[in-house]
Amino acid sequence: MVIPTLARLCRAAIVTALVALSMNGERTLAGDPPFITLASTTSTENSGLLAYLTPKFREVTGIDVRVVAVGTGQALRMGRSGDADVVLVHDRASEDAFVAAGYGIERRDVMYNDFVILGPRDDPASIRETSNAPRALAKLAEGRHTFLSRGDDSGTHKAEMRLWALAEVDPRPASGTWYRETGSGMGATLNTASAMNAYTLSDRGTWLSFRNRGDLEILVEGDPPLNNPYGAILVNPERHPHVKAELGRKFVEWLVSDAGQKAIDDFRIDGQQLFFSNRNAEK
Amino acid sequence: MSPTASILPLRFSQVGYEAGGKLLLDDISFELESGPRTVILGPNGAGKSLGLRLAHGLIEPTSGAIEWSSADPIFLRSKQAMVFERPVLLRRSAAANIDYALSIHGTPRRERETRVEAALTKTGLSALAERPARVLSAGERQRLAIARAWATEPEVLFLDEPTAALDPAATRAIETLICSIADSGTKIVMTTHDLGQARRLADEILFFSAGRLLEHTPAADFFAEPATGAAKAFLRGELTW
Amino acid sequence: MDDLLGAIQSAIRLMLTLDPDLIEIVALSFEVALLGLGLAALVGLPLGAALALFRFPGHNLAVVAMNALMGLPPVVVGLFVYLLLSRSGPLGSLGWLFTAKAMILAQFLLVLPIIAALTRQVVADLAQEYDEQLRSLGVGPARAIPTLLWDGRYQLVTTLLAGFGRAIGEVGAVLVVGGNIAHVSRVMTTAITLETSRGDLSLALALGIILLLMSLLVSAAATFASRLAATIDG
Repeated sequence: MVIPTLARLCRAAIVTALVALSMNGERTLAGDPPFITLASTTSTENSGLLAYLTPKFREVTGIDVRVVAVGTGQALRMGRSGDADVVLVHDRASEDAFVAAGYGIERRDVMYNDFVILGPRDDPASIRETSNAPRALAKLAEGRHTFLSRGDDSGTHKAEMRLWALAEVDPRPASGTWYRETGSGMGATLNTASAMNAYTLSDRGTWLSFRNRGDLEILVEGDPPLNNPYGAILVNPERHPHVKAELGRKFVEWLVSDAGQKAIDDFRIDGQQLFFSNRNAEK
Repeated sequence: MSPTASILPLRFSQVGYEAGGKLLLDDISFELESGPRTVILGPNGAGKSLGLRLAHGLIEPTSGAIEWSSADPIFLRSKQAMVFERPVLLRRSAAANIDYALSIHGTPRRERETRVEAALTKTGLSALAERPARVLSAGERQRLAIARAWATEPEVLFLDEPTAALDPAATRAIETLICSIADSGTKIVMTTHDLGQARRLADEILFFSAGRLLEHTPAADFFAEPATGAAKAFLRGELTW
Repeated sequence: MDDLLGAIQSAIRLMLTLDPDLIEIVALSFEVALLGLGLAALVGLPLGAALALFRFPGHNLAVVAMNALMGLPPVVVGLFVYLLLSRSGPLGSLGWLFTAKAMILAQFLLVLPIIAALTRQVVADLAQEYDEQLRSLGVGPARAIPTLLWDGRYQLVTTLLAGFGRAIGEVGAVLVVGGNIAHVSRVMTTAITLETSRGDLSLALALGIILLLMSLLVSAAATFASRLAATIDG
């Protein structure tokens, strides 16, 4: 009585599992709308920009955009191994190297925002007075004030390293003392900075949409070296024949079209504009 | 190998069994023919159960030889069955336990149902056929173990202290069952430390004491006039272990 | 303190309003975890039983390896599956990376050693009790595998729950191979990671509370059902 019932239940469970598995297969093979995989950065995903842009793109083209949000370095690696169709990243030097090596084609400037230096409200290093970002960093190094670096080969990390170079300070030997590398994404690094009351560098978009601010606030902003341009690159279909070049190109073209550029400028958090389309830059 | 061929007689030649540096059975020699109900009698720790396990092939002797009239281990296994003192019943219904043994035995599926029913009827368990085996009473469990063993129509049925944990009524039911199985031509080889049971069931006695076989005689002779001091003491009910 | 209270409040709100995004995420979490578990059980139960019942050269090594693999960091499994399924990897042509299938594969690998190792223990214990009886009936080790798995079913429920817990609660593997893509591969744990990185700690914690409640429900239901059946079965 009980036992045959249990046996039947077990059999039913296995059959259900197999049916579900096969349906899972169909769903991803046939039932889905066409889609591309976009490797992008945590800044564009965490801020909500891509969740705002991609439905607009789908409305026009019927193409779904699946966003995998990682650091710029890993996004480019994904492009290199053919695991994405388009990359949207923010490190001009590595973007150019990516294209030069033949991994990507048709790089387009899409938008920009800027980095900000964050720190505790009482600003023990007194960097609020300086509007010069490299000089602010030099002051942090001088006073050995705790600074959190992403340390993850992301676009923000690379921008930070360029700022240190401009400041003529190499912080890496101090790693583990006042200079701390979190090896994590922007959000995790901001959580850590907020808990430690430390200084850090963030893109403005992630910061504006970040909730757990604690005592942190923007101390340095607006310096030209803090400019943060984003570029979109199509992964080279000659390297990876399965890359959806047609669909991917449509997305890049849409991003730089009037409609796409306007959508970028329209995106707001708490009334603040986070990203600035490239048509503004040309003005 | 014809399925009607006999595996008896069973011959023990100077069988010894050693475990952990202790000689548990020493120089056991006897021969069992088909027919008489054999009861291995003796006090606890005499090595009765060990002798049964050796005969059934669950363990190997460390010296001497155990021979049947056949040397084919699969054939030998299919012609014997054993009921343990505490039989392990599978976690399924009483009927399914018997069906399982039959399926292992290679009984065709279409024959199994009738044979399961026959075994349940013979052991008086028909009403409990669909009951989970593990919730049966001790006496019912023992009867089910016998039903499971009997269903495969063994030539030799070993029973190890089949009533050790049972009350008198359940014991009587088991003994009646054993007699009826013996009457239908199955060779019974069982152990017991219960004198009364030995008197009621035995045609011949193997008397074990302290790892040795002291007597192998017809039951009537054994109970009338035991040859050894140990057997005399055992019959008088003295604690000799 | 505010965050904790806020977390409980938003957990309740999310559950009461049956937020469609939340339902989708919960459904995918369970789908991935249960299918990964189901596949791992199909392989792991007989594998564990075979390890308990057969002796062969290298047997001890296999048992030790299986036990050690139980502690495998999910992110290592994730990386392995990622490299396997990457377009540049050996199975890249399947196109499974960043889909639920990749996540199911990763969780299958993650749960398999747990199922196999715990099953081996359950079956080995049972085999000690059953050994003589089964040999007397003429049951060889191969035939004993299904017999002992079936007779150990109530203990094996706990084994399956351990595997389910591992699958539903881990983030390292599914994040790497699934990519946390909205509506495609976002599950409870990756959603929690995302909300944490957005600094919305109370929403992250609320999702965690819901995950906990859901797993509690599954675990309680399975335990209750198997207890009940075990009582009836003896």
